[in-house]
Order: sequence, then structure tokens, then C-alpha cells
Amino acid sequence: MDLILVAVIALGAIGLIAAIVLFVASKKFAVFEDPRIAQVAEVLPQANCGGCGYPGCSGFAGACVKAADAGSLEGKLCPVGGAPVMEKVAAILGLEAVASEPKVAVVRCNGSCENRPRIVQYDGAVSCRVAHATCGGETLCSFGCLGCGDCVKACQFGAIKMNPETGLPEVDEAKCTACGACAKACPRMIIQIRKKGRVVKESHRRVWVSCVNKDKGALAGKACKVSCIGCSKCAKVCKKEAITIENNLAYIDPEKCIACGLCVNECPKKAIHATWEVPVPKPKPAPAEGVAPVQQAAPKAAPAAAQQVQQ
Amino acid sequence: MKTFRIGGVHPAENKLSAGKPIVVAELPKQAVFPLSQHIGAPAVACVAKGDVVKVGTKIAEAGGFVSAPIFSSVSGKVNKIDSIVDASGYRKPAIFIDVQGDEWEETIDRSETLVKECDLDAKAIVEKIKNAGVVGMGGACFPCHVKLSPPPGMVPTCVIVNAVECEPYLTADHQLMLEHPEEILVGVQLVMKAVNVTKGYIGIENNKLDAIKLMTEKAVQFPGIEVVPLKVKYPQGGEKQLIDAVIGRQVPAPPALPVSVGAILQNVGTMYAIYQAVMKNKPLFERVVTVTGKSLANPQNFLARMGTPMQQLIDACGGLPEDTGKVIGGGPMMGKALMNTEVPICKGSSGVLIMNMTEAKRAEADPCIRCAKCVSACPMGLEPYLLSTCSAKADWERVEKEDIVSCIECGSCQFTCPSHRPLLDMIRLGKSTVMGIIRARSAKK
Repeated sequence: MDLILVAVIALGAIGLIAAIVLFVASKKFAVFEDPRIAQVAEVLPQANCGGCGYPGCSGFAGACVKAADAGSLEGKLCPVGGAPVMEKVAAILGLEAVASEPKVAVVRCNGSCENRPRIVQYDGAVSCRVAHATCGGETLCSFGCLGCGDCVKACQFGAIKMNPETGLPEVDEAKCTACGACAKACPRMIIQIRKKGRVVKESHRRVWVSCVNKDKGALAGKACKVSCIGCSKCAKVCKKEAITIENNLAYIDPEKCIACGLCVNECPKKAIHATWEVPVPKPKPAPAEGVAPVQQAAPKAAPAAAQQVQQ
Repeated sequence: MKTFRIGGVHPAENKLSAGKPIVVAELPKQAVFPLSQHIGAPAVACVAKGDVVKVGTKIAEAGGFVSAPIFSSVSGKVNKIDSIVDASGYRKPAIFIDVQGDEWEETIDRSETLVKECDLDAKAIVEKIKNAGVVGMGGACFPCHVKLSPPPGMVPTCVIVNAVECEPYLTADHQLMLEHPEEILVGVQLVMKAVNVTKGYIGIENNKLDAIKLMTEKAVQFPGIEVVPLKVKYPQGGEKQLIDAVIGRQVPAPPALPVSVGAILQNVGTMYAIYQAVMKNKPLFERVVTVTGKSLANPQNFLARMGTPMQQLIDACGGLPEDTGKVIGGGPMMGKALMNTEVPICKGSSGVLIMNMTEAKRAEADPCIRCAKCVSACPMGLEPYLLSTCSAKADWERVEKEDIVSCIECGSCQFTCPSHRPLLDMIRLGKSTVMGIIRARSAKK
């Protein structure tokens, strides 16, 4: 009996002393963390993708709080959550959300098996980075997609899939968060994060050059049916000076482009892609600007309108 | 018999063209000279379209200290300076020359007589080698004069000649030794004089008994030169492995050079080129190339001018066989599959190997079974399975810590892997990335 009592008292005493030490230590060495960081982290999607440029969601939360103390959330965007999440973050921090344009990953190569004939077979490790370092690829084009799917592996959101028919990756616009992981994974810098573009009839409109081949026109043309040959026809037709030609390759500046679609049909190689069907103009059409609004207003009627013009 | 201590594998030798005399290859119709045929800065073209050149005319200047000039191997007119698809499928700048006749520069001594006496001093010899565009002819193409100018504070004690030819199939060096033993020995003497040492070793694997016998006989007249027969084991031709095999010293991890243990290494083909450059005033514009393969009608050794398309040599051996699976530039272990056969012969092209379908097919990779065969095979004492996995996961810090830069890319790990895993593919990627990171770091400092 005595023994038990001694043990209880002894343990109780040790417990009490330890509790006091711990209490004092927790008060003395307390690290102050802004409670807002935890609050902000809570509304973030916890994907920890790094697409915002910070190490994980808690890192981003910390950066947001710091930015809020400086006065503005400008430049801070969670690509996964997008505007709704940023509004919540802004509300917690007592600020106005800075509107930023939604973006999406765009694949700038259209060298499908049909367009770009295979001349050799690559049988090394299934990795674009390895293939890029070992050889120019299976075709004559040493700039285009290698088709080993590093971008698919890099995507955490299942937004990129390989199309087995074309051998090219395809981006699911609904799932893509524009975190940029695929663009970083691609050794040939084929994938680019671009603005989603203006909304017409509930779909985004954007235009891009679907080729990154910098070879001279004749060589690029030989390698692929739909390669950019740097003829600069698109640059001449563009009214906003959004298209530049560098190293035999056209580039459309998303900041300047208004997605009018003029260049799409001008391209002799069909290397310029648009997310919507651009009506083919007559050889000498009425001012193209006139055609575009008709199409915007009623896309279904557009082919009919085009036919009328032809008649 | 001597050999190196760590790792190594024994691939089938397949020396099909052994003992076949060196045939002078026909002149091409158009010769193409890529400007970057060596390690280091690319050469800078010093001719223009329409210029008339002779055999041995300098057509490109060295682009820096670690670089080498390029000489025309044909006489004719410069057609254009454009780009050519190289062996790996990327476009590289090159000089195209249309061949007309075969007129040589007058300064070149074309006689066959052996010149033994050389009254040049060390500096003059290195200068002559530098100006003749001689690079390491084993395949790495490291500019020769750089190896012969050791950094201050490092004193070479011996010259080791790499006559190992450990790559299966290749016989170019073997045949060169059989046909030009004395020229090679004079070359060794010149290098010994250039770096001021009295000892020279020639390492030959004992699958070339005739070469060992002949070289030993001839070496009697050359004081200080010793022929060292070596046990057959791949990759004995790697410089660190050869130093270990011949003089039993181990080179520390990079950035240490072979000269830090006192050895100057040169390939036997380089020795012949040095002899010709110093004694015959003949710059480097032709080399011995083995064209071989199991399905090839007539495997041969050629003396080919640089810039000759490989297709022409293959045609001279009976043309591409029907069951061709891969055409490889170099040997089967370290060579690279060619994207097209119009690639020209360069300073480092030691062979063209035509693999048939069965040989060329890579088995599908299975999961690693942790047998550690790759670890025992690695001649650098690395852990290939670990380097490969970490490279695949892009864990560059870890692979750097695991000493990936020591990898000599010999391919022993991949050769020995029972699961056929693409170990070397991933390690090469990791190594090049880590080298890039290290370069960027030192540039910052």
C-alpha cells in the first residue's frame, strides 16, 4: 500500500514540475505566427503544385499575408483555385482581389503521325528529356514533340493526355489550372502558358502558332506538313502587330492578340490554330472585320453567311 | 597479366574485320566538314563560298584554346557553309566542298619513308601538333595539345598509349598497329619528348597477339618504350581504367586529370596522326575507320578522308543489308545510333557498325530486382541503379552527392542488367544536368 502511494506521489510531483517547465518554456520561447496565414492556407486548394511560384500552399499563404501587409495582392494568384479562391483570400486579408486573366497550357506542335512522317524509331528510355538529349527525335523535325509524355507525368490534375492517334498531348481546358508544371517538364519548350482569351458564346477564343520549328522554310516544310515556314504572311495580315517572325518562326504575342482570326486562314501551312472555327473568306472578301462579328453573333449561321458571300 | 581492378564486363568480341588490310577509300563527290568535331569551342570557318582549296588546306581556325583547326581532306571548291544533320539528328554548321581532282598542298611530305630523327624542341612539337588539328582519335576527340600542356605544378612521369581497343567489333587501331608499327613508335617518342618523360607504355589487350608481338619486336629500337599486354576486359580503354591497369595508380574524382597521377594518355591512332603531323607536315584529314556488322557482306578497315559520307563506306562493303536494325557510329558499347547514313566521317569516327534486327532490339525494361550486378560491373565504383532512379526523379542534389560526374558512360551497367533497365540513358541525363548545375555555380562565383 505504502509503495503505491509513494509511486503516485512521486510521479505526480514529476508531472507537476514538468508541466510548470513546459508552461514557462511555451510562454518564453513562443514564436508568433500571424493567425491569418493559417486562415489563408485553409481556403487554398492544398494541391501543393508550386504553380504560384512558392513552395506549396502554406508558402503561398505566407507570401499573401506579407503582400497584404504591403498593401496589395497584385501578382499573387493561385492557378489551381483561380479567381474564386483569390477572392476568399482577399476577404480574409481585408483587401480587394486583383482580377487576373485565366490562363491555360497550349501545345505548340501539331506534328501528328500523319503530318510528320517517322523516319527512325526511338527505343531508349521512355522520357522526353532522355530522348531530347540522345537524338533529334523520330522525325526530320528536331524541334517538335517527342511524344514520350513527360508533360502527362508532370500534370497533377490529369489535364493532359496523350492522344494515341496523333501521338501528341492534348490539354483539357476544364481541368487545366495553368500551374506550368508541363511547360517546365517539356525539354523542347513546346508547351506554353497563354491567356485563355476572350469569352464568346461561353467558350474562350485564342489563337497561337502550333509550331516551334526554327529551321529554314524548305527544311521545316520537308519535315512536317503543318510546320511554320516563316513566310510572314500572318504578320502582314495582322492589324494589331501581334505577330513577330524570329528565326524562321512566327510568334503571336498573347498580350497584343485580340483573337480576330485573320491570320488563321492566311497561313499557307495551316500552322496557326484557333479554338473556334474561323470561317474561310472568299478570295477577295468583304473586310474581314465585318465577317467576324456575324460569326460571333451566330456561330451556327456562319457557314451559311460565308456561302452567301461566296454567291 | 595486368588489368584494372574495379568492375568491368566481357561482351562478345566479334572482331569480324580483324586482319583485313586497310583499304584506301574512294574520294567522295562532296565532302562535308562539321565545325564542331572535337570537345571544346567549335572551329571558325576561314574559307568562303567559291574558294578553291587543296588537300591539307586549313578551312577552319580553332575557336579557342580547347579547340582544334580543321583541314580540307579533298581538293575542290567550297560549295557552301550551311548546316548538316549530325549523327544525333540536330543541325550543326558545316563546310561543304565539291571535290575536283586530288591536288595536295606542297608542304605535305607524301613519301612512305620512315623519318625517325626529330631536332625540334618540346614546345615546337606541341605547337606543330596544335597547328595540325590533331585531337584524341579514340572517340572523345579531346584536342591533343591541351593534354600535352599539363597545368602548372603537375609533372608527368610517363606516357601511356591506349592500344586496347576494348570496344567489340572495332579493329581500326589493331590494323593500324600491324601496318604502321614504327610510325606509331616514333609518335610515342615525340610525345615523350614533348612532355619531357623517359618512360612510355603501350597497353594492348591480349586478343591482339600479333600486334603485341610485332610492337614488342619493333619497340626494342626505341629506348624507354615498353609494350604491356593486358587481360581482355571492357572498358579497359577508359583512361582511368588504363592508368590503373598499366601503372596501378588511381585517378581521383573529377576535376582531377590523369596527369595528377603523372600519366599522359593518348590513343594509338593519335600517335600515328602526331607522327604524320610532326614528321610529314601532314595535318589530320584522314583516319582509319572500321566498317563492320554481322550481316554486312564484307566488313573492312578503310583509310577514309574526313567528310566522306558513311553511306559511301557502307556501299563499299556491299551495301546496307536488308535486316539492318541500327547503324551505329563507333562501337556497340559507347557508340551512338545514327539518324541517317549520310553523316560524314569526322575526327572521332572510329567505326561504323551495322546491327541486324535481332542485335539491335532492346528488350523491354522490367523492374529492378536489386541484384546489384550493375554495382559490381561499374568500373568507377558507382551505384548505377541509384543514380538512374534519382535521375528519373530529378533529384539532382542526391545524384551529385553520389558522384555522378565520375561516370564514364561506358554502359557496363546497362549491358549487365538482367532486367534490361535503361540505366545509362537516365544516368547520362543526370550527368549532363549536374554538369550544367556545377558550371552555373562556378560561373556565379
